[in-house]
Amino acid sequence: MRHCTIRKRGRETRMIVLEAVSHDFDGRPVLDGIDCALAERRIGIVGANGSGKSTFARLLNGLVLPKAGRVLIDGVDTRKDVKAIRRKVGFVFQNPDHQIVMPIVAEDLAFGLKARKVPKGEIDARIDAALSRYQLGHLRERPVHLLSGGEKQLVAMSAVLVTEPELVVFDEPTTLLDLRNRNRVADAIDALPHPVLVVSHDLELIAGFDRVLMIEDGRIAADGLPGEVLPFYRERMR
Amino acid sequence: MTIGLYHPGRSPLHRASAGAKVAGLLVLSLALFLVPSEIVVFASVPLAFAVYLSTGVPFRSLLAQLRGPAILLGIIFAFHLVFGTVAEGLLAVARFATLILLASAVTLTTPVSAMAELVEWGLGPLRPLGVNPAKVGLAIALSIRFVPLIAEEFRLIREAQAARGLAANPLALIVPLVIRTLKSADELADAIEARGYES
Repeated sequence: MRHCTIRKRGRETRMIVLEAVSHDFDGRPVLDGIDCALAERRIGIVGANGSGKSTFARLLNGLVLPKAGRVLIDGVDTRKDVKAIRRKVGFVFQNPDHQIVMPIVAEDLAFGLKARKVPKGEIDARIDAALSRYQLGHLRERPVHLLSGGEKQLVAMSAVLVTEPELVVFDEPTTLLDLRNRNRVADAIDALPHPVLVVSHDLELIAGFDRVLMIEDGRIAADGLPGEVLPFYRERMR
Repeated sequence: MTIGLYHPGRSPLHRASAGAKVAGLLVLSLALFLVPSEIVVFASVPLAFAVYLSTGVPFRSLLAQLRGPAILLGIIFAFHLVFGTVAEGLLAVARFATLILLASAVTLTTPVSAMAELVEWGLGPLRPLGVNPAKVGLAIALSIRFVPLIAEEFRLIREAQAARGLAANPLALIVPLVIRTLKSADELADAIEARGYES
């Protein structure tokens, strides 16, 4: 195991703190004593399948509550105020088909806003603004099941961004996409003003990030700049 | 794949509220079965077709959507041929055709969210009995959302089995389909939670 030295780069942002976090599923350990503080604007998480990286991401939105230790987002404990956490942390899933709830694009964007009790008069304007961010305005009234994979992923992103989260977590956002759509989504992530944390096997996507963590067997095996962690990760995956 | 649901547009029916359309559909449905005049029933078919056309949905799509109901109408007519008379069969077909056309016009011009809100509103008085209208509304929306997802899963499983040389076997299709659908449902539940939904 190797721990890289953290050299911070870029503007610091909201603080994610994990204190002695452990978690298991039915007795099978997935995370084991994770301690870290993350404040960079672009954070990447890599690791083999089953390493615990998706569980790590899900901890940040309160989708998974740790069996031991605690997770703090901007000082808020995910266990104590999950409602506040959900407002702060948007989560984009790997498969947009498993994230998009409503059959029509605009309805799906409205879903998160209605859940947050946004006034009806404001909802339409926010949907228009969110869709225009990725030139998706023409898809507003389109049935979701008729969209391409890339369009679905951008709609899923828009549905998260429309709720104005402070941090956006992506769980393998490009895994199911072809190269063109992968590039569209990568550019969209790159252009986000929000702090983001991306779990990915797509090393090119996170190569320019501020910090990368490598998770192995439920522990942080490497932590540092992409230039340090990614070669180490590639070596470990041989 | 197309499903006979909302089709965006700017027709008068699109602009009408979901409540008004559903109430109108209910009243016309009742009238269709209560009015004794056969002439009125037969005349209602072209009128209902005109309403159907007024949705502004492309003609080819409209016709495609009527294929399934046409089979149903054929079965109804055949049933009356065997157990009744031709006249009874024609009358029954005219009634059901009118209902199907009007109901399709409503679903084609009403977004699912508006329909779910209507259901929520309609079930509001049942709250004291433990009914959660928001959950029922969400369940309706999810059911509709799942139709194309399940169809796609079905296609993928069938292709995977065909690629391995397996003949179409209902059990071999249904078991993985149910498992995959449940897994999708589980992930969708996570997504609903992650998006801050509280019933």
